[in-house]
Amino acid sequence: MKKISLSVTAILAIFLMASCGGENNSSNANASASKEVGSDQTQEASAEETSDKGIGKFTDIKLDPTLNKAFADGGKGIYDMKCGSCHRLTEERLVGPGFKGVTERRKPEWIMNFITNAAEMLDKDPAAIAMLEECLVRMPNQNLSDDDARNVLEFLRMNDGLK
Amino acid sequence: MRTKSIQIITVALIMVVTMFGACKDKGAKSGSNKDAASKVYVEPGKYDEFYNFVSGGFSGQMSVYGIPSGRLFRIIPVFSVDPTSGYGYSEETKPMLNTSHGFVPWDDSHHPALSVSEGAHDGRWAFINANNTPRIARIDLKTFRTVDIIEIPNSSGNHSSPFITQNSEYVVAGTRFSYPMDDAASNPDVSIDTYKENFKGTVSFIGIDPKSGNMSLSFQIILPGMNFDLARAGKKASGDWVFFSCYNSEQANTLLEVNASQKDKDFVMAVNWKKCEELVKQGKGTKKKVRYAHNTYSDETHSAKSEILTESIMLDPKEYEGLVYFMPCPKSPHGCDVDPSGKYIVASGKLAAVIPVFSFDKITKAIEAKTFEGDYQGIPVLKYDAVLHGEVKKPGLGPLHTEFDANGFAYTSFFVSSEIVKWNVEKLEVVDRVPTYYSIGHLSVPGGPTTKPWGKYVIAYNKITKDRYLPTGPELTQSAQLYSIEGEKMKLLLDFPTTGEPHYAEAIPADLVAKNSVKIFKIEENKHPYAAKGEAQAKVERKGNEVHVWMTSIRSHFTPDNIEGVKMGDVVYFHVTNLEQDWDVPHGFAVKGANNAELLIMPGETATLKWSPDRVGVFPMYCTDFCSALHQEMQGYVRVSPAGSNVPLSFSTGKVAPAPAK
Repeated sequence: MKKISLSVTAILAIFLMASCGGENNSSNANASASKEVGSDQTQEASAEETSDKGIGKFTDIKLDPTLNKAFADGGKGIYDMKCGSCHRLTEERLVGPGFKGVTERRKPEWIMNFITNAAEMLDKDPAAIAMLEECLVRMPNQNLSDDDARNVLEFLRMNDGLK
Repeated sequence: MRTKSIQIITVALIMVVTMFGACKDKGAKSGSNKDAASKVYVEPGKYDEFYNFVSGGFSGQMSVYGIPSGRLFRIIPVFSVDPTSGYGYSEETKPMLNTSHGFVPWDDSHHPALSVSEGAHDGRWAFINANNTPRIARIDLKTFRTVDIIEIPNSSGNHSSPFITQNSEYVVAGTRFSYPMDDAASNPDVSIDTYKENFKGTVSFIGIDPKSGNMSLSFQIILPGMNFDLARAGKKASGDWVFFSCYNSEQANTLLEVNASQKDKDFVMAVNWKKCEELVKQGKGTKKKVRYAHNTYSDETHSAKSEILTESIMLDPKEYEGLVYFMPCPKSPHGCDVDPSGKYIVASGKLAAVIPVFSFDKITKAIEAKTFEGDYQGIPVLKYDAVLHGEVKKPGLGPLHTEFDANGFAYTSFFVSSEIVKWNVEKLEVVDRVPTYYSIGHLSVPGGPTTKPWGKYVIAYNKITKDRYLPTGPELTQSAQLYSIEGEKMKLLLDFPTTGEPHYAEAIPADLVAKNSVKIFKIEENKHPYAAKGEAQAKVERKGNEVHVWMTSIRSHFTPDNIEGVKMGDVVYFHVTNLEQDWDVPHGFAVKGANNAELLIMPGETATLKWSPDRVGVFPMYCTDFCSALHQEMQGYVRVSPAGSNVPLSFSTGKVAPAPAK
């Protein structure tokens, strides 16, 4: 029991160290991140680290071509409480990028992974790292469940005009 | 890597010891041994093995250290205001310090008691007493926050408190300072020199709800006037009893230094709480009209409420047989400690040359056979020889407190001879002694007061520091010392400074507490009436001369951050909700000229700062806790206009400045 907790501590410590160092990873600062990830790096590095689906538990999200209104409404409530302070619904950047067009720029898996696994992605995902270099504020873990993340995704799709 | 660091520390230690020795000729007195450094070294990023909950004494707080490193993690605000966190200054926490005397911003906290199940630590709550204005507080070990404070009526000087019964049924409270009490009233106006005639003591039993931990005054026992000093609940066979040490059976009201030391023996008092409980259930006891505050804090509303209660049930042991017995005990006993088996009660007569050890088995038999030597003001006094297991002869000078390990050994602190003495409880034989620097008061073995001592260390909490640290003027740091008790001989490992004066402390394995620690408050569950759960709910409203600001904070801005229309004579309430949901991202809030303190708001929490502007102008407000790369940008302004001005109430989060042309 104690050993486990110690090793968890150690992992946590390594993780924290890594996350501090993360900001120095001056990968493709000027690149249009997601595109470059897809083309250049997929072959060499592990698929997980460079996939345009981001890093996290979501690898295959099936979307209906039409809007799920119930999901989107749920997502609106979560957006108001946990996202809206930093992300406008327009293209305007506040703390983080504006949400307009995000579902066209990013894969649904990437969005849901970033929402639920921001810390790891900010350390390893080139697109996320590029955005951090631009915005300088680490996307916080806002403690969303998997269902919450799915609802927010649907709300973002609605914001991008899906009916 | 590790070996190297240890070597460096060892070398440094040797250098320090050598230098210290050379300058002050105190080499021998440092008391440490060469391999001590490796035993207390916790590598950066690693955790300590034990939490040590240490009373803050006259700071009124409780501090949390890691053992064996002696690193200070946290000072938990309990009975004193804390401008750092806003405790006692924010509108939400002010009610925690309410009493029947009104708002009391300070106290003197002596004895932590950790919750137990079947006599062993369960890691749920810590309790601690306030000595000056009698109270007991409960700290939730999930949040390390004070969540419950109950005032003790019919009491003054709540010293023998809050020692806990073996399944956390009750914490107790005994009056150190007896005072006038008659049938009609607590504390009538009488002459001080009528002590013998009018002064009474009480011990109180505060019930603990087994699920919520909520405290309530269950019953009180009225007793002859004297000083009730310390206490311990029995365990296992003696689990229905609580034992209190008593001094000043002389009933002196002046120059106690001399006048309370006249008799050869004072008492240890045995109280059968189970019997008292049964009587109260039967509706026995007298209902007394009293006034006391009970304050509770909710993690859902993030707010405290205070209520004044008015009734107490008083039992008089003269009216019921079997509730209370006195046992003679040499010379002004102080500590009164029960060994892990529950068979032995160790009392430390602080002016005596022996440590008397009472046998619970013999106490039971003496009560059955009524082996009394008489009575003290109507309460039976058992015969000393009939209840004595034996005396530890010539153990040292000034015995105060005793803790236990799991191997049948006791560790007693000696203030006058400044040492810890290890002795065998069954055989009453001293097996080891080690000096402390200087004049030890309490001591703590992890699990030492429970049925399941974890052992490994004994920690000394000293009353005098003198030359152990770099001097800091006349007022020096307080200090503790860590000793290994793993071998036959105790070994000094570490000195570490403490805050406030450390009295008692308890240490508990980190595993029992750390796993339950709350990381954030869920914003969805925030039920604060002024919470803004998202920027869409941020607003400013006027109610007469009160201006309420529903404000949000998130890295790195407040909403709203520009407020106009406040006027002289207004009272502004900033209700700040921290929208973050990530661990270790508090935001602070301060506004210029505030006559109280800052707020430090945890993720998902709402806290309120009251601000009464005293002049016209524009006043900045800002985040005080470095939260992000743009922390220095986390600021705003409030405009205050003259009374009667027609500036309308308005607020905004500002427009984002257009990006400069490329």
